[in-house]
Amino acid sequence: MTTPTSNKNENIKKVLLLGSGALKIGEAGEFDYSGSQAIKAMKEEGITTVLINPNIATVQTSEGFADRIYFLPVTPYFVEKVIEKERPDGILLAFGGQTALNCGVELYRSGVLDRYEVQVLGTPVQAIMDTEDRELFVRKLDEIDVRTIKSEAVNSVADALAAAEHLGYPVIVRAAYALGGLGSGFCDNEHELVALVEKALSFSPQVLVEKSLKGWKEVEYEVVRDRFDNCITVCNMENFDPLGIHTGESIVVAPSQTLSNEDYHYLRKLAIRIIRHVGIVGECNVQYAFDPQSMDYRVIEVNARLSRSSALASKATGYPLAFVAAKLGLGYGLFDLRNSVTKETSAFFEPALDYIVCKIPRWDLGKFHGVRREIGSSMKSVGEVMAIGRTFEEAIQKGLRMIGQGMHGFVGNKELKIDDMDHALKDPTDKRVFVISQAMQSGYTVDRIHDLTKIDKWFLHKLHNIIETHAGLSRFSNVADVDTNILRLAKQQGFSDFQIARAVLKDHMVNAESATLEVRRYRRNSGITPVVKQIDTLAAEYPAQTNYLYLTYNGSENDVTYLHDHRSVVVLGSGAYRIGSSVEFDWCSVNALMTVKKEGWRSVMINYNPETVSTDYDMCDRLYFDELTFERVMDILDLEQPHGTILSVGGQIPNNLATRLDEQGVRILGTQARWIDNAEDRHKFSAMLDELGIDQPRWRELTDMDDIYRFTEEVGFPVLVRPSYVLSGAAMNVCSNTEELERFLKLAANVSKQHPVVVTEFIQHAKEIEMDAVAQDGEIKAYAISEHIEFAGVHSGDATIQFPPQKLYVETMRRIKKVSSMIARALHISGPFNIQYLAKNNDIKVIECNLRASRSFPFVSKVLKINFIDLATRIMLGLPVEKPAKSAFDLDYVGIKASQFSFSRLQGADPVLGVDMSSTGEVGCLGDDTGEAILKSMLSVGYKIPERSVLLSTGSAKQKTDMLEAARCLHDRGFVLYATGGTHQFLSDNGIPSVRVYWPSQSENHPQAVELLHEHKIDLVVNIPKNLTSAELSNGYRIRRAAIDLNVPLITNARLASAFIRAFTTIDIDDIEIKSWDEY
Amino acid sequence: MLQLRRAVIELEDGVRFEGLSFGYDASTAGEVVFNTAMTGYPESLTDPSYEGQILVTTYPILGNYGVPPRREKDDVSEFYESDHIHARGIVAQDYSWEHSHWQADRSLSEWLTEEKIPGIYGIDTRALTKHLRDKGSMLGKILVEGTPDVDFYDPNQENLVAKTSCRKVEVHGEGDKTVVLVDCGTKHNIIRCLTRRGVKVIRVPWDYDFMTIPYDGLFISNGPGNPDMAQITVQNIRRAMELGKPICGICMGNQLLSLAAGARTYKLKYGHRSHNQPVRKVGSDVCYVTSQNHGYAVDQNTLPADWEPLFINMNDGTNEGIRHRTMPFFSAQFHPEASSGPKDTEFIFDEFIALL
Repeated sequence: MTTPTSNKNENIKKVLLLGSGALKIGEAGEFDYSGSQAIKAMKEEGITTVLINPNIATVQTSEGFADRIYFLPVTPYFVEKVIEKERPDGILLAFGGQTALNCGVELYRSGVLDRYEVQVLGTPVQAIMDTEDRELFVRKLDEIDVRTIKSEAVNSVADALAAAEHLGYPVIVRAAYALGGLGSGFCDNEHELVALVEKALSFSPQVLVEKSLKGWKEVEYEVVRDRFDNCITVCNMENFDPLGIHTGESIVVAPSQTLSNEDYHYLRKLAIRIIRHVGIVGECNVQYAFDPQSMDYRVIEVNARLSRSSALASKATGYPLAFVAAKLGLGYGLFDLRNSVTKETSAFFEPALDYIVCKIPRWDLGKFHGVRREIGSSMKSVGEVMAIGRTFEEAIQKGLRMIGQGMHGFVGNKELKIDDMDHALKDPTDKRVFVISQAMQSGYTVDRIHDLTKIDKWFLHKLHNIIETHAGLSRFSNVADVDTNILRLAKQQGFSDFQIARAVLKDHMVNAESATLEVRRYRRNSGITPVVKQIDTLAAEYPAQTNYLYLTYNGSENDVTYLHDHRSVVVLGSGAYRIGSSVEFDWCSVNALMTVKKEGWRSVMINYNPETVSTDYDMCDRLYFDELTFERVMDILDLEQPHGTILSVGGQIPNNLATRLDEQGVRILGTQARWIDNAEDRHKFSAMLDELGIDQPRWRELTDMDDIYRFTEEVGFPVLVRPSYVLSGAAMNVCSNTEELERFLKLAANVSKQHPVVVTEFIQHAKEIEMDAVAQDGEIKAYAISEHIEFAGVHSGDATIQFPPQKLYVETMRRIKKVSSMIARALHISGPFNIQYLAKNNDIKVIECNLRASRSFPFVSKVLKINFIDLATRIMLGLPVEKPAKSAFDLDYVGIKASQFSFSRLQGADPVLGVDMSSTGEVGCLGDDTGEAILKSMLSVGYKIPERSVLLSTGSAKQKTDMLEAARCLHDRGFVLYATGGTHQFLSDNGIPSVRVYWPSQSENHPQAVELLHEHKIDLVVNIPKNLTSAELSNGYRIRRAAIDLNVPLITNARLASAFIRAFTTIDIDDIEIKSWDEY
Repeated sequence: MLQLRRAVIELEDGVRFEGLSFGYDASTAGEVVFNTAMTGYPESLTDPSYEGQILVTTYPILGNYGVPPRREKDDVSEFYESDHIHARGIVAQDYSWEHSHWQADRSLSEWLTEEKIPGIYGIDTRALTKHLRDKGSMLGKILVEGTPDVDFYDPNQENLVAKTSCRKVEVHGEGDKTVVLVDCGTKHNIIRCLTRRGVKVIRVPWDYDFMTIPYDGLFISNGPGNPDMAQITVQNIRRAMELGKPICGICMGNQLLSLAAGARTYKLKYGHRSHNQPVRKVGSDVCYVTSQNHGYAVDQNTLPADWEPLFINMNDGTNEGIRHRTMPFFSAQFHPEASSGPKDTEFIFDEFIALL
């Protein structure tokens, strides 16, 4: 809400907003949220918005958000083209993460913004540069005597001693120019320093000496400033993990818990001094290291833009930082704006929280081969959750369930195998918090854990409370005997009914579901139920007009009243972003909410991911920022008594709840639980396909090795192996021979009656095809068939997908339609669904079927310009729908969805694609033909068009042949080709000259492939493993890893490589048309 | 599990919340008020403005960083706002039995026990706050199991200023200029903020005839309760105005200066007690986040013509300060000395000192 005043810059009629592109580690969904907010702010002012963002699955790139959308790379080249065409008056750089910021700074430096008279709204570019450049930053803060982390470069032991004296011990020593932390370490005194520096100087001519802040607290402030110099700090946050662990890898609480009033306001005041001195207009974040034993501090960094932390702070407080920052960029003062929660108080204020939030990162390190599990100064997590409670124990236990990795909270989990507890506490991995739990349970004291972890004792004592309550519960052995005081305490400390059941019944818990329900019954009979509280920014001082809610056991009354008129529809969201489920399901959830509302129902959302748009409280009538567990969803449905619940737009988490909710009589809208189960249960689904006469790859669920051998003899290698219990490493593997099969099943997994293994025949050189569709009462109403560029074997989430398909036989398409219709009918589908097929010649086989929206729904919806989710939601609401008149055959353009990988963040991980998904995001671009769309999409996910040279090692004979045409194109275009032995031979046999290079194992011969990469002589690496055997994988590993570490584009799939090479050798980048979505 | 006594907080309208005792095991009564600050319980509890009140903290977790040592520096408490707890009780959702902070020398629970102040947790302080917001501040009592009941007590019927003011004249700091500080229940940080600026502070009781002291400026402190109770101070301020020397007031000081100017005060429904009150300087684009703690306010429509509002609350439009149009008299309803709360308005002291 805005009061019209003259402070607004009236010259701004059209604004260009830069998005952040594909989701990647360190730059994820939070920028869809901040960009969407900025667009809302602009629209409210009647300003036309133009958005550049190739991330087609985002909410911001949807109809009804930006006025014009370009699915193009956020690079200076393309942004300049769009500016030239659109001629915006202003540009917003702060809402698209580092990608947008870097791009904006380059456009400023190169004079493009000046040339086209585009005004940077908000923080001036000079201020951005002052915070981005380390040296400028330190100098800038020196001007106002604010302490930063400084390192002193020395090249002798004497100088090192002098530096340490000046900085104060302990210090950290790093060898400059040495990769992998060689020669680095901590020194507590002169003696240690001399020893370490002598060693470090043997690796490197220069050594950096820095004050060690190990064990210091890490605290952040989110600060807002308007052009009138009014400043507020909207939120502060404290890391559970002390300094040394990236804030993105850390458990974080808001507000800070261990700072006294003096500490809090000391850092707050500094943050305001900094933002004023730097000259931010809008929002920024200040990160501190704070001494736990004094009030000494260092500023770690300042982000002059919306960030992951600002998205978290917005959700943690209800203060819409991005929205307000966008308004301030237009010239408004904070005093002009209203608090969007109370609608009556001012936006110039600092939220008062009457709850605690706890953010926990979500890692997916198990998806990668070779990655280090230790967490530290670089970010590896792929998503996060935010839990809200009124005790720390409640918030963290909720959060630990929300991360969705099979954990039930702080206690009650499967025991971890820890060889050396002290080491595990000292050198944290993604399992740190569970290691603490186990340490406490095995008798480690808070003091000892503090000594090893440096985590503030306040947090550890709170965690210990949970251990004590758990012990208290364990004294009982029947649910009905549990003392209600301890039961209530357990619930107030965030215990789930399952945790309580497990604590009480221990090994006697035969049926977890019924035991959990027994706890639920007993608890409700004892009058122990949660209450619903509102997040209102002012801790109840003023009434809130929005319904931003959470549930807690620390309270005695609900903040909202329930009408029980059955006029609401509950939509279950998608939870933490993780590999395999991210922004696309947020798009689906938001669209379902919009349709629900449009059709006259009250929309209710349940979700807990702070990076999403669906958890923006103005997207729905009621937002429950809470767990998507059976227990919590039932709590909410009991209160809400909705017309119905939608499970099919939030990915697998809600889908998995279908049967249990159905058993409790929950009204599921759309496809019924029984049919969902028929698709989810491998045996039932397979039996159904057999009955319908639909082909599928042969598979079997087996419990001993002999049966497995017999089955592989029958179907032949390779086979896809999916153990139900994984000890370490990936959950799925392709095995090419008996030896590999044995190694995988004996070392990595466990085969037994309790833990069967699913073995499936693996069909090579087959096409993979996706069917995304919406059906009503078993009849397909809309569908989209798309094809993978890669052959089957690359996970569908990693594959490059083309829609409409350009190279499918009409006959194949017809068969897919027919089979899909049969399945839709057999499963009585009402709503969204997706089927994956293999096609070889004209034979098709079904590999998977999900009775929910799939990852590709936003992509096909936007390419086809038919909103599948809107259609599906109307069907689920029981409304009649017409089949859309348009079909994919009418399109005279092509969409390509390409995947974004984050291997550079994942030290050690092998960047090869396989049956398990490893991409963290995707883009979708449109083109007049496949080549153009491929080029745009590959450039959007960070590939560069090579200038001179390409390194080829192209795998098996078949793959070498596949790549031959592409190699010839490269040669014809004058590229220098480097090739490893076999490829070199193959190319010369076919008359294509190449320079032979050697594998790392052939270390005597030169040139070495890795050396050439280091010398920047190679612009693109095409490295295709012959097969997925470990020997083959390790052979090329060093080349692939070197390419990633040296930021050289890498492709590991022959078909994708060919497509990309064909595209850039036939299309000139200048010929790419700059067309917005609506121009297709 | 700790064996704790049960306790309830009961309001005069009969509403009750049950919890557990974590402070001194005795029952108590007072006016129940809520504060939405997220830090600062040692400062708040010792703030004389809470005299006679039971403090409800909306931030749900209390006691995290323990309590700093009782030490004096320059004749005032180093970490507290007075020499003892003034609130009559404290109410929270959750209490941290184990605290953690390098400056702490004991827990909040231990401190409350030493000072014989009850504390109760396990209370839905959000529900309680909403009730107070709807019905207004009201009387209430904390009843601890096994201790004798007490009667409701209305502190506003008493002269709380007299109760919390110093008994005799005290001198703090030194400097060329002399400031008379009328102690209506002053927070120690007002004294610290003045002495830090190099002036001599002569702290006098609320009803002291300070006109007998040669001074360069007059400062009227914060204090608890109804300003109408401090008529003697109002009379003294009127006389001081005639002298024409700079006068500055904070909180109660703002109200007393307004009364001296001829304006009226009134009781707010539930007061301002928080660290996040937005205040705008009248006629400018300058805004401040302020720390506040007051139940009464100045009715700025009753200000005489030669006075004007200086600051306005951006949420509810209430008065946040006044100034004389020609004379060096001004005051703030909020707390520029903070402690606890944001320090954005400490410049008020600089402006006052500059006038001397």
